[in-house]
Amino acid sequence: MSIRITIDGNEIITQDGATLVDVAAENGIYIPTLCHLKGKPCLGTCRICSVRVNGNVMAACTVPVSDGLEVEVDEPEVSDMRKALVEFLFVEGNHNCPSCEKSGRCDLQALGCELGMMVSRFPYRFPVRIRDHAAKRIWLERDRCIFCQRCVQFIRDRETSRKIFSIKDRGTHASIEIDIELADKMPPEQIREAAELCPVGCIIEKGVGYNDPIGRRKYEIKSIRERALERKRK
Amino acid sequence: MRRPVKNETASHELPATPLDPSVRAERDKKIQVAMIALCGCWGCTLSFLDMDENLLRLLEKVSITRSSLTDIKRIPHHCAIGFVEGGIANDENIETLEHFRENCDILISVGACAVWGGVPAMRNVVNLEECFREAYVDSPTAVPGSKPVIPYHPDIPRITTKVYPCHEVVKMDYFIPGCPPDGAAIFKVLDDLVNGRDVNLPTSMNRYD
Amino acid sequence: MHTEVQTILEQYHSDKTRLIDILWDVQQKYGFIPGEAIMALSEGLNMSCNDIHETISFYHFFHARPSGKHKIYLADSVIARMNGYDEIREALEQACGCTFGAVDESGTFGLYDTNCIGLSDQEPAMMVDEVVFTNLTPKKASDVIAQLKQGRDANQIANPDGNGRRDVAYVDTLVKGNIHNQGPVFFKADRDFKALLEKCLEMLPDEVIETLTVSSIRGRGGAGFPTGLKWRLGREAEGDEKYVICNADEGEPGTFKDRVLLTRSPGDVLLGMIIAAYAIGSHNGIIYLRTEYRYLKEYLEQQIQGFYDQGLLGEQILGKAFDFDIRIQMGAGAYVCGDETALIESCEGKRGTPRVKPPYPIQQGYLGMPTCVNNVETFAAVSRIIEEGAEWFRTMGTNHSSGTRLLSVSGDCQHPGIYEIEWGISLNEVLQMVGARNPMAAQVSGPSGECVSVEKDGERVFCYSDLSCNGSLMVFNESRDLLDIVKNFMRFFVDESCGICVPCRAGNIDLLRKIERVIAGRACQQDLDEGVRWGKLVRNTSRCGLGAASPKPILTTLEKFPEIYQHKLVQPHGALLPAFDMDAALQGHELAYKALVQEEME
Repeated sequence: MSIRITIDGNEIITQDGATLVDVAAENGIYIPTLCHLKGKPCLGTCRICSVRVNGNVMAACTVPVSDGLEVEVDEPEVSDMRKALVEFLFVEGNHNCPSCEKSGRCDLQALGCELGMMVSRFPYRFPVRIRDHAAKRIWLERDRCIFCQRCVQFIRDRETSRKIFSIKDRGTHASIEIDIELADKMPPEQIREAAELCPVGCIIEKGVGYNDPIGRRKYEIKSIRERALERKRK
Repeated sequence: MRRPVKNETASHELPATPLDPSVRAERDKKIQVAMIALCGCWGCTLSFLDMDENLLRLLEKVSITRSSLTDIKRIPHHCAIGFVEGGIANDENIETLEHFRENCDILISVGACAVWGGVPAMRNVVNLEECFREAYVDSPTAVPGSKPVIPYHPDIPRITTKVYPCHEVVKMDYFIPGCPPDGAAIFKVLDDLVNGRDVNLPTSMNRYD
Repeated sequence: MHTEVQTILEQYHSDKTRLIDILWDVQQKYGFIPGEAIMALSEGLNMSCNDIHETISFYHFFHARPSGKHKIYLADSVIARMNGYDEIREALEQACGCTFGAVDESGTFGLYDTNCIGLSDQEPAMMVDEVVFTNLTPKKASDVIAQLKQGRDANQIANPDGNGRRDVAYVDTLVKGNIHNQGPVFFKADRDFKALLEKCLEMLPDEVIETLTVSSIRGRGGAGFPTGLKWRLGREAEGDEKYVICNADEGEPGTFKDRVLLTRSPGDVLLGMIIAAYAIGSHNGIIYLRTEYRYLKEYLEQQIQGFYDQGLLGEQILGKAFDFDIRIQMGAGAYVCGDETALIESCEGKRGTPRVKPPYPIQQGYLGMPTCVNNVETFAAVSRIIEEGAEWFRTMGTNHSSGTRLLSVSGDCQHPGIYEIEWGISLNEVLQMVGARNPMAAQVSGPSGECVSVEKDGERVFCYSDLSCNGSLMVFNESRDLLDIVKNFMRFFVDESCGICVPCRAGNIDLLRKIERVIAGRACQQDLDEGVRWGKLVRNTSRCGLGAASPKPILTTLEKFPEIYQHKLVQPHGALLPAFDMDAALQGHELAYKALVQEEME
């Protein structure tokens, strides 16, 4: 069913029940995301797509659109909230971009730049997180995990559909875990899929990294904003 | 806990031929800019030099007081703009940063180390005792059979428990991320400030590595 | 071990949605959940071991390591701390020979802190294995340990007369009821449930729902969603099966009225569930009971059995074509499971992570089917509304808040315990009723509610549009340190955040650090301004009610008692920020040096 909504005052005609974050992108309005994957079940973990919907702050990846919705994306307070959420992630783990294999093709880094983060306004925590390199071809760099849950939900053992990645403990003690036995069974293309699915440099394919010279890396060629809008328009 | 005030002389206090008064007067009219490196690799300072000919253009308006061009430890007079490279890793860094804050109107963190601690802050996930053990006791380069010496003396700076970003110690006004940032990014910020514009580092110049 | 685990699995038909029950049985058997058992479960349930660890490690009361033959959980709540928690803690450490968070050398005792265990009217209190001990003194606590050392079990010590666990006398021996007034709705004696259900089943389901709609009753869990509307949506929702869940995960610090309702009026609650099942068309009900109320389980099972015996549960209830069963689902220790979607996840054997909404449980809940989740008190009230009629209920309370509600009152008052109040009563009236002593502040609805000033807010009234109370009321007198209380509440939220979303997981820690900084005298005005801004950020962007509420202890005390914060602020002098702790920054070098030199000399 065709419906009308407004985003930042612009009227948009779209389909009832479509996901707000996708609707926005299809209409050339960029809402940043970290956990969202179009076509996959909503994870709703990062909240970086927070926008104002009829006056209330909501994560745009969780909102099915309905007729008459009034959405504010480019509003100073909620824009700052999105930026602040990115800033939270930079202090919560250890995100040392200069020494990271994912630099230049990292969603979190790209978002930080895109949203104009120069520094985090929250205290840097420097948590101690032990990396796990026991798997043959996957390096799990826990310092960088942002608990988006993409790998937990979408990467399963192809034979048994058991979870390969999982979360242990809760809250601030949470840590990402890898099932070594299942990980070692992963075919190369699935490893690549997992590494690419990871929006940060937590799941790294061993031996891969620093492949592209600075200036020619993924998000230097085309920004995260351009990619999001381009992908959605197709 | 502060270290006692020592009998020390800064390099700018050493006897030197006074500057020609007319040059002095010209220079004093300009916007005074300084740059200091704390715990970093001096890469950001090199980026400062990478402003290249852009810097020459600005020299009509600014005067570089303290920088790697002059290499003095303290700024002898008040400055409008201070650039700080590096984070806080020892008490000498704290004193220097304090001195800069007291003597600069605008203070800017330049580069990953100043902004969040950077590479030196990788030690923050290891306690200091382990760091010292690795560096001075179990060091692979220690002379076999020698007695390890762990530095701890009033004449040498005391290592801080953690490495801190500058803004966790004093108020910082602006931040230029990057490891190091491009000279162009530093120039953009300086140019904005000198010309009275709001500082605005475009997305294309904002990067963290 | 493999065959033993296999037996447990068979009991649950190797159904992974029953993982919580399975883990409880394993832990019951071995005292903890051994790695070998996890491997057996992994095969039996077709889950990776890490997947099972996901669930185990989410819950406070599951242990994947040996955790002591007797597990002792001392309730660490604001109220306990007002009543001598520190002394009890010390006495326990001394008696058990280990510190909190550890197991003694012999492996006999494991000491753990835990958040509010629903006994704020009789704190300090502790859970020992499956029972609780209340009104503790250091001597009483040490005595319990001494008896355990002599080989008696916790149950024998708490229940020396040997009352059967299915008996109300057993529950009464363990905990007090402390009901202080008899109101019109709750705790009515000698009810004829059979006659009442007969009357209900003569009505059409739509008429039942209409009755609730007219009564204007709203959910008593806190959110206040209109019950009639929820049930109407449940009736209209499409699904092969529908479920009724009673939320007895009473985790909000300071509330304990559901415990007392389940003890004194379990029939009211069961009947309310049956009425709900009839109204929406459900055949299966679940009571989600928090672990902290483990001692109620057998008693409740007996009550449920009584209903089966009377033909009020089971197949063809009262001869009608209406089947309904109720089972008890034990929780395993997670405050966030009070959120209905987290509770449903937990019922499905998973981590208690709140779901993304929509879909709402009333459309897609337990096992993806329409699920009606209501609070214990709501079900009890429903049973009375069906009995007395919608008008009777609606004439009580105020226009938009009909009926009465139960308050769990604790803190600085003469008579902590349960009170039934009519909506519309003022804070002052309640404080007088409970015998509050020099009250300065009242915490309405627990940490997730608001801290109000008795002086400024005394005339405010309890109702959904003003003091919308979820049942918890803590009274603090002038001698209490509110900042310390705020810190305790913030730590509670940090402990209980599930961590699924960024703002709640990361933000609450920074808010806790802020309040610690204020208390330490290292904060300036900027810290307070940031506290407000960050609090708003966490409230607005979090995924569930926990994050939406967690900054409230800071925000509401800042609003009502700004002076206690202002008093602690420091003015920055010199260039160094007040927040920068020079002593801490400089002591590391000396300590490290001394430790290494010491080592050298040895």
